Amino acid sequence: MKSNILSMLSKQALLTFTVSLVLFGPISGLILDGFSFKNELLKAVSLAAVVTAGRVVISLFQISAIGRKLAAGLASGHNGITVKTGQEKSPLFILVLLFIAGLSLPFFADKYFLGIAILALIYCLLGLGLNIVVGLAGLLDLGFVAFYAVGAYLLALGSQYIGLGFWGALVIAPFLAGLCGMILAFPVLKMHGDYLAIVTLGFGEIIRLVLNNWLEFTGGPNGASVPPPTVFGLEFTRTAKQGGVPIHDYFGVSYSADYKFWFIYIVLFLVVCIVIYAVERLRVMPLGRMWEALREDEVACRSLGVNHVFTKLTAFMLGASTGGLAGVFFAVHQGFVNPTSFTFFESALILAIVVLGGLGSTVGVILAALVLTILPELLRDFAEYRVLVFGILMVVMMMWKPRGLVRIKRPAFFPGEAGRGLPAGAEVRQ
Amino acid sequence: MRVPILEVQNVTMRFGGVVANRNVSFNVEHGAVTALIGPNGAGKTTMFNCITGFYRASEGRIVLNAESGPQDIGNLVTRRITGGSHLVTRAGIARTFQNIRLFKDMSVVENLLVAQHLATTNSLLSGVFRTPAFRKTERDAVDRAYYWLEQVNLVSDANRLAGELPYGRQRRLEIARAMCTGPRLICLDEPAAGLNPSETHDLSDVIQRLCADHDQSVLVIEHDMGLVMRISNHIVVLDHGEVISDGTPEHVGNDPAVVAAYLGVSEEEVTV
Ligand SMILES: Nc1ncnc2c1ncn2[C@@H]1O[C@H](COP(=O)(O)OP(=O)(O)O)[C@@H](O)[C@H]1O
Ligand SMILES: [Mg+2]
Repeated sequence: MKSNILSMLSKQALLTFTVSLVLFGPISGLILDGFSFKNELLKAVSLAAVVTAGRVVISLFQISAIGRKLAAGLASGHNGITVKTGQEKSPLFILVLLFIAGLSLPFFADKYFLGIAILALIYCLLGLGLNIVVGLAGLLDLGFVAFYAVGAYLLALGSQYIGLGFWGALVIAPFLAGLCGMILAFPVLKMHGDYLAIVTLGFGEIIRLVLNNWLEFTGGPNGASVPPPTVFGLEFTRTAKQGGVPIHDYFGVSYSADYKFWFIYIVLFLVVCIVIYAVERLRVMPLGRMWEALREDEVACRSLGVNHVFTKLTAFMLGASTGGLAGVFFAVHQGFVNPTSFTFFESALILAIVVLGGLGSTVGVILAALVLTILPELLRDFAEYRVLVFGILMVVMMMWKPRGLVRIKRPAFFPGEAGRGLPAGAEVRQ
Repeated sequence: MRVPILEVQNVTMRFGGVVANRNVSFNVEHGAVTALIGPNGAGKTTMFNCITGFYRASEGRIVLNAESGPQDIGNLVTRRITGGSHLVTRAGIARTFQNIRLFKDMSVVENLLVAQHLATTNSLLSGVFRTPAFRKTERDAVDRAYYWLEQVNLVSDANRLAGELPYGRQRRLEIARAMCTGPRLICLDEPAAGLNPSETHDLSDVIQRLCADHDQSVLVIEHDMGLVMRISNHIVVLDHGEVISDGTPEHVGNDPAVVAAYLGVSEEEVTV
C-alpha cells in the first residue's frame, strides 16, 4: 500500500517535471540578449520543480482523509438536486429580516458603499433575467447586454426627445425590451439551440455599434445624459429643473446629493424583491415548469403538446424585459449612458453570474451577483486579473459543480392539498 | 363496429434513398390494443413518428377520427407558423419513446404536471397572484397526476426525481405521463424493452387496464411475443417497411409469411 502510493507519486512527479520543463525551457530558460540569447536553464528547472512540488502536495491532499471526504461531498447527490419533503419550515422569518435589513441599508451605508450596493442589485436583476433564459429555459443568450442597453437608452433618449421620465421608462422598458427579444428570437427559435447563441451574440454587437455610430440620434461615443428621477413631482436636484419642487425644500431639510441614491436604491430594492417573488412563483407555475421541461428534453415536450417555439419565446421575452428594467436603473444611477457600458464583456459577466449561481437557482444567482460585483470593488488591486479569475472559476464550476454551488430543491406536491395545506411559500423551491 | 380511431392509408416514408415505410395501410380499432410488430429495422418507429407528427409522411394519409371529426395528421404538422407535432398531441395522440425520455431532473409529479399544461391556468399574472382559478386548476392537476400514479403503481415515488427511479418504473411513469395529456390514442414504442419478466407482467396489466377501465385505444410496438399475444386484439406485422400480415393474433401467429420473416426463411421456400 505505502510503496504503491510512493511509486504512483514519483511517477506523477516525473511526468509533471518533464512536461513543465518542456514548457518552461524555451519560455523562461532562454532569454534574448541582442542577437544572441542568454542561457538561464537553472531558472526553468527551478520553476518546474516548484510546479512539481505543487502537484505532489495536491496529490497528497487528495489521498488524505480530508481530501477524500471533500471529493465524496462534491460527488454526492443527484447533481445536487433534491425534492423537498413538504415538511420544511417556511423561511418567512429570515426573508422578512433580510427585507428589512435591505431596506434600511441606506441609513447605515456611506455613499460609496451605497453605489456598490446599487450596482450589485442591478446585476442581481440582470442575473435573474438571464437566469430565466439560460437557467430555466436552457437557451444560451450571449447578447443579453443588448436588452440592458435598450432599457438604458430608452430613458436617456426618451427624456431627450419626448420628455419621458424615470417612471415612464420603468413601465415602458420591459415591454420595449421584450418586444426586441421577440423580434430577435422568433425567427431562430424554430431552429436548433446553437443558432440562438450566435444570433444573440450578433444582436448584442449590432446594438452597441448602432449606439456608437448613429451620432445624430444617440450621441455616439459621447453618450447621452439622463435626467435625475422624480417622485410625485419632487426633484432630487438642488434647484428644480423639471418643473417640480426640490425634495429638500418640500420637507424643509438641507440639501444632500445622497437623497437621490437613497431613492434609487429603495425603488431598485423593491423591484428586485418583486422580480424575485415572480421568479420563485414561476417555478411552481405551469409556464416555469414547461421551460424547465424544455431544457430537459425538447422532443418529449413536443410529444406532450407543448408548443416549444412559443414557450421558449415567452422565456426569452421575460428575460429580456428584466434586462430592460435593469437598464433603466443603470441609466438613472449613472446619470449618463454611453456605448462602452454595453460591451460583450458585460454579457459574459452576467452569464458568469448565472453559471456560478447554478443555472436555475434563484438564491445562487443572487449570491453570485453580489459576490461578483462586490468582490472586485473590495479587491481593487486585483482588478486586472478579474477576467482571469472568472475564467478559472467557470472552468472549475463546469467540471465539478455544473449545477452551481447552491443545492437546488424541487417542490413537493401532495394530493388534495396543493397550495392549500402547506404554509405560504412552502411549496416554493428555494 | 365503430369507426377505427386511426386510419393509416398508403403511407410511404423515404429518407433520401432509404424507404423506411412502403405503402403501409392499417387501422387502429377503438378501445382495443393494436400491436405493430416486425424485425429490427422494419420501420415500426418510423411509422410511429409519422403517426405522432414527428415526421411528415412522404406519401399517403393518416387520419385520426377524433370526437370533433376526422383530422389529417399531415395537415396539422405542416400548418404554417403554429404547426408542429404538438398539435397532433392536442388532437388526441400521445406517445412514449423507445429510449425513455423523461424530465430526469424534475420530480415524478412535475413530469405529470407538465403533461397537463392544457388543463392548467398558464397565464403569468394568474400564477404570480395565485388567482382562485389558478389554484383550482393546479389542485385538479395534482390530483389527476396522483390518480395516474396510482394506476401505474408509482404513488410511493411521487416526490422523487424521475431520473432516480429504476428503469422499469421509468417506463411506467412515461406511460402515466402520456395518459395525463388526456389522449384518445396512446402509442407505446417498445414499452417492455429491458424489463424483467415480473416488470413485463405489471406492464401488461397496466396496458390491459387502460383498455378495460378507460376505454383507451392503444397502439403498441413490441418484440416480446408473449406479451403481444396476451394483450393485443389486433396485430399488424411490418417487414422491410411493408405490411406482410394484418389480423387477429391467431391469424398472424399462423401466417407463414410472418414465421418466415421472424425465422429468416427465404421467400421461395414460403411460396412453395
Ligand atoms: N431519420 C432517419 N434517417 C434515415 N434513415 C432512417 C431514419 N430513421 C429511420 N431510418 C431507417 O429506417 C429504417 C427503419 O427504422 P426504424 O423505424 O427505427 O425501425 P424499427 O423501429 O422497426 O426497428 C432503418 O433502416 C433506418 O435506418
Ligand atoms: Mg424502433
